[in-house]
Amino acid sequence: MTELNAYVEGIGLLGPGLPDWAAGSAVFREEAPFESRPTLLPTPDSLPPAERRRTGRIVKLALAVGLEATARAAVHPSHLPTVFSSSGGDGQNCHEICQTLASGERLLSPTRFHNSVHNVAAGYWGIANGARAPSNSLCAYDASFAAGLLEALTQVVVDQSPNLLIAYDSQYPEPLFTKRPIADAFGVALLLSPERRSTSLAQLHVTFTDCPSEQMDDRGLEALRTSIPAARALPLLRALARRENKKVVVDYLDSLQMAVEVNPCS
Amino acid sequence: MNPLAVTHITATSCLGCGMDATLQSLRAQRSGLAPCSFETVDIKTYTGEVPGVDDIRIPERLSTFDCRNNRLAWLGLIQDGFFEAAARCAQRVGPDRVGVFLGTSTSGILQAELAYRRRDSASGALPGDFEYAETQNSFSVADFVRRALDLKGPAAVVCSACSSSAKVFGSARRMIEAGVIDAAVVGGVDSLCLTTLYGFHSLQLTSSGPCRPFDVARDGISISEAAAFALLERAGDAPIHLLGVGESSDAYHMSSPHPDGVGARSAMLHALAAADIEASEIDYINLHGTGTQTNDSSESKAVSSVFGTRVPCSSTKGATGHALGAAGALEAAICALALRHGFMPGGLNTTQIDPDLGIQYLDTNRSAPLNRVLSNSFGFGGTNCCLILGRHG
Repeated sequence: MTELNAYVEGIGLLGPGLPDWAAGSAVFREEAPFESRPTLLPTPDSLPPAERRRTGRIVKLALAVGLEATARAAVHPSHLPTVFSSSGGDGQNCHEICQTLASGERLLSPTRFHNSVHNVAAGYWGIANGARAPSNSLCAYDASFAAGLLEALTQVVVDQSPNLLIAYDSQYPEPLFTKRPIADAFGVALLLSPERRSTSLAQLHVTFTDCPSEQMDDRGLEALRTSIPAARALPLLRALARRENKKVVVDYLDSLQMAVEVNPCS
Repeated sequence: MNPLAVTHITATSCLGCGMDATLQSLRAQRSGLAPCSFETVDIKTYTGEVPGVDDIRIPERLSTFDCRNNRLAWLGLIQDGFFEAAARCAQRVGPDRVGVFLGTSTSGILQAELAYRRRDSASGALPGDFEYAETQNSFSVADFVRRALDLKGPAAVVCSACSSSAKVFGSARRMIEAGVIDAAVVGGVDSLCLTTLYGFHSLQLTSSGPCRPFDVARDGISISEAAAFALLERAGDAPIHLLGVGESSDAYHMSSPHPDGVGARSAMLHALAAADIEASEIDYINLHGTGTQTNDSSESKAVSSVFGTRVPCSSTKGATGHALGAAGALEAAICALALRHGFMPGGLNTTQIDPDLGIQYLDTNRSAPLNRVLSNSFGFGGTNCCLILGRHG
């Protein structure tokens, strides 16, 4: 088997109490306390105004973390293959559609419909960045972060090209919320590369395991990890922020967990 | 890329259940499209409904997964001995060495649409029997198939609109090439629902009659449903192999393809490069060919820029309708039939081929030995995927 290795060249982070990677790193290193606050999503300035008006929270979130990861790594996103992974897409938009279809007037708006595709964030990412490289959009329910990481890593090692992973989820309104209690937006982006560069942050090495996933010590962060699927990345992000040389187990499928060995670069 | 053996493949659509029924319909030039009578839909359009889906019973132990999409998945899974072939493969290489990568655009959203009609009048709550994870969630179909086959390997759903179940071949290919798995169940399942019928209607993209790909008067798609599966293996003595996969993005518009087919062209060139063959080695192209003005115009520019007018092309969507997230896998299965039987299915419903679309469009069936065929799948968001299948050796 080819070793599933990649170098982390950039990180994007946005979630409750974690406004970006710098602030998040300070929390993970315990230099700052974790204080959960509703996620504030920036306006996607990279999109033309007409498109910008049509975007929902899920798109704003994905674009924000993706751009943070690529900005820090000084890579232009136009030629970068991407993997988008979300546990369920735009819950608000889905609610609006189901509500309309259950009413007497089943007139959907075209924008509402095109925003309903799971790859809506990938589509807007392409438009915003002129990115014509391959892009995949995955869903694996609660396993979506690890599924996305696995897809991105296999692209890196097989195609020998860099890849940007964007894992993201946003909240569900009632009545869906009761069935799928995701309360806020959380996104993480990892820019991965097949070879080590002077700017590489760490090497990741992925294997499978049946060990339980690592938890967060902070009760608030642990609640975040378990309540939003994309936040299953938190233990990995903590190891990256602390520049720890360690093996982190992240949640994947029932019978299959993912072990990520983190080796900081210098 | 290293070719992968397609050791088993099956398709269930409005043309029939399994490969024989599909072949017979294509040979007879029989379309599965009919005036839409699905659920309470009041749109004047044609659909390709798979008969009897509502009567299918999924395995009792997986009853929480019960919904139209998973019933269709089960119906598709038990055709042509696919279920047994996948089980034998898992026994041979180990259930943890078989991945499941399936494409869908809407999965079991119909279940949520129906649940919204049964909200509690006081609290607004959804009914207690509505299972979000097992039905509505996009992953539900891969979770269901993985459990039904008792597989333990990696799994994901690719949910990139109408390229979904072509792109799963790419994901599985990389997983196998990296050695993460030895085999993969790939495919696509999409079923009729109100979201897509009313959604495409809102964009004025549904035809009021049966869709007429590449016709001068084409005016939209006919939405359909399908379940198609393939078993891909690293090594295997199979007559048909996956030779190339090419993927690209348009970076142009959410619901219209690039007018010059820039992304489509790039996907085809990447697939040819992955297969390490020249354009002249392709014998037949199964077009995405949805029957909208923009798709067929954009795709024909892309195809003619790569292949000229030499290669016979057709869209089988006049027969099958547009199975959206299942279209890529369904058309891969049709390509497998074409290779097996030396048979190019002519496109249906097209009475006057648009002279502005400069490709060699087949509107009648043609027989010829075929060695390599190409299949296009494009989707909303400007996502493109092209597969090349070929006879082994």
